Amino acid sequence: MIFTLKKNIKFSNFYKKFNTISVILIVFSILILFIKGLNLGVDFKGGTLIEIRVDSSNIEISDLRQSLLKMDLGDVTVKKFGKENDYLIKIELTKSSNENFIKSINDTMSSDLGGNINFRRVENVGPKVSSELLKSGMLAISLSLAAMLFYIWIRFEWQFSLAAIAAIVHDVIITIGIFSFLSFEINLSIIAAVLTIVGYSMNDTVVIFDRIRENLRKYSNISIADISNNSINETLSRTLITSITTLLALFSIFLFGGAILKGFSLAMIIGVIVGTYSSIFVATPILNYTNVSQKSVLKEDS
Amino acid sequence: MLYFSKLKIVTIYLIIIVLSFFSISNFINTDENSFFNKKFNLGLDLQGGSYLLLEVDVSPLIKEKLQNKLLSIRKLLKEKKIKYQNLKIQNKKIIFETTENYIIKFEEIFLNKNNPINIYYEKYKSYEMDLIKSGSLIKISYSKYGLIEIKNSALEQSLEVVRRRVDEVGTKEPTIIRRGSDRILIELPGLDDPNRIKNLLGKTANLSFRLVSESDEFGSEPISFENETGELNVNKRIIMSGDNLVNAKPSFDNQNNETIVSFTLDRVGAKKFASVTTKNVGKRLAIILDNKIISAPSIREPIVGGKGMISGNFTFQSATDFALLLRSGALPTPLNVIEERTVGPDLGEDSIKAGAISLLIGFLLVIFFMLAKYRFLGIIANVALITNLVLLIGVLSILEATLTLPGIAGIILTVGMAVDANVLIFERIKEEMRTESSKIFAFDMGYKKSQSAVFDANITTLISATILFFLGSGPVKGFAVTVGIGVVTTLFSAFFFARHLTSLYVLKNKLNK
Repeated sequence: MIFTLKKNIKFSNFYKKFNTISVILIVFSILILFIKGLNLGVDFKGGTLIEIRVDSSNIEISDLRQSLLKMDLGDVTVKKFGKENDYLIKIELTKSSNENFIKSINDTMSSDLGGNINFRRVENVGPKVSSELLKSGMLAISLSLAAMLFYIWIRFEWQFSLAAIAAIVHDVIITIGIFSFLSFEINLSIIAAVLTIVGYSMNDTVVIFDRIRENLRKYSNISIADISNNSINETLSRTLITSITTLLALFSIFLFGGAILKGFSLAMIIGVIVGTYSSIFVATPILNYTNVSQKSVLKEDS
Repeated sequence: MLYFSKLKIVTIYLIIIVLSFFSISNFINTDENSFFNKKFNLGLDLQGGSYLLLEVDVSPLIKEKLQNKLLSIRKLLKEKKIKYQNLKIQNKKIIFETTENYIIKFEEIFLNKNNPINIYYEKYKSYEMDLIKSGSLIKISYSKYGLIEIKNSALEQSLEVVRRRVDEVGTKEPTIIRRGSDRILIELPGLDDPNRIKNLLGKTANLSFRLVSESDEFGSEPISFENETGELNVNKRIIMSGDNLVNAKPSFDNQNNETIVSFTLDRVGAKKFASVTTKNVGKRLAIILDNKIISAPSIREPIVGGKGMISGNFTFQSATDFALLLRSGALPTPLNVIEERTVGPDLGEDSIKAGAISLLIGFLLVIFFMLAKYRFLGIIANVALITNLVLLIGVLSILEATLTLPGIAGIILTVGMAVDANVLIFERIKEEMRTESSKIFAFDMGYKKSQSAVFDANITTLISATILFFLGSGPVKGFAVTVGIGVVTTLFSAFFFARHLTSLYVLKNKLNK
């Protein structure tokens, strides 16, 4: 059978090491966010995104670039996207586009390159809309953090809430740090991914905390360190199995779901790994540091 | 936990069967009138189509309205014999100077609830216009509510015109709805090339007939041609506007071998047109659309029948569109496209295929993993998982929800996360088995004790999905929908269906012993 782990791993032995790593990662993430920033996509920065398919493989990416440069569109990037002959063009045009803007690009490219250029997808987001989308994205992430805080505050004692929220903030910062490091393009679906990561990470933490609390009620003479260690071990196979099935689903999207879902699924994969790690190595040690005891749990019960 | 009443079992199966029918009906042709003929919709990113967000630009309209107000105020001042000077518009305000006595008199009239120039809105308890005094100066500008009213009526009128224009183009099932205070959202499924619609919506289509002046005499202005170079001096006086038009259609002029647009006028229009053309035979009449001359033919003879035609180097397509614009009427103010998302039908098809393949593979991977890990209980978990998927699609169909590409990703993610509930339960049962001799008791305790963890774990996902549903837009909303519904069906299939199956298994095993 797979994953019938020996269930007496001393997780607390690794806390110091991993906590140091976490702190370094957080500092590094914040630094890189300030220095490098995020690679905001068309949704949040405004501009035009065009996915094209050319009908002959003789057309090189440099030909496309040349034709676009001629049109004087400002900052233009062209890259391969998914299959052979598919390209993604990004135009960072901030002035509002007139009605014939897309058509004129299509006409010029078709005549320059000869043959038919299929515009498979066009996304044109004006500066006003993109700043609104950015705002509502930020609002969504903050709201979900607040909602989680509220939920866990109702469900658990304050020590648990503190630890769980610290773990989520840890996850969000590091995940966004990784996005920045990889120059990962941030668009609407990444916001969805971050929200889901927040939910997933919370879910993982809550299951362990549930068990810690249950064990705290049961045993009065065992230290919190041992109780949390046992609890992690008891829930470990569930933690791993759920992460594995979730990752299986996500890898399936990443590999077979097409180019549009690649960013989203990669973001989720990173988030699930970070979220699983944090419930064991961030949330639980922080809970230990708060010296939560049977008393604090029973007090809340009465 | 393992005991189910007969009624409960029947209800569980009934729910599953009904939802299965709904979910199957998506993939086969059902009778139009069939009860199960509810299907989920494909989002624009899957079926192809265009999403346009238009914003009403009211600033030209406000300018125009302010100009008209200025005229009525001048008239009022004259009627009431109020002496004034320097009446003008500055910074979107009408200003004029007068003396103290006159200010009081003017205020009395202007801030009277029944005055004809400054409307009093009972619902807002506010006037259309604000009046500010500073010394001998009076400043009048639109109040907050006055601007809201202008925006509102401009948006309502625009919606009507947009609806007419889109309908005339004849796309299938367009969605045209108001968004906020100054926006119109248009969804055009199946539309391959939105350029034509964008072109049509980009024109306010203000039509006017005006006489061409001989020279740059007073009261005329130069206006350039739409399709040709050059410009003409045209009299500022509008003889007739598009409001008097009752019909317009493209037709072919056999005499000159060209495509034209013929139009019919209403009675008032026909009368005006007849008198002007009678008086001005030999002169040129400019037909102007949105401040561009379409054509400026000479008046050869009086046109009295209320019917006329416009030539202007039209192709059949451009004549059709021109006629369409005339028929649908003018927009009160320009519309700007501030967001556009278009997906071609072939990309949509590719996305459906890719989504289906990744769903299938993800599903199989999870199923095999669960079988390898849990053997018999794995079968139960997998039956629950399949049921879950069927329920999820069934609920999507009943709600006639929109399935998008991120929505498919949400379904796949649900598949990955749904087993969590059963994993939590099974792991707990295993633990209980170690200390418990009675199998039934172990199973029972397993379900009981894992309940709160399963509930907690799913609530957090549901919270994220709900927030995303309300704040997300477009395709991403579809993700929130599938993940959110997925949580509910997951809880149902784990806590009712899988538990029921487990209880059957346990009870049967007991009998065999």
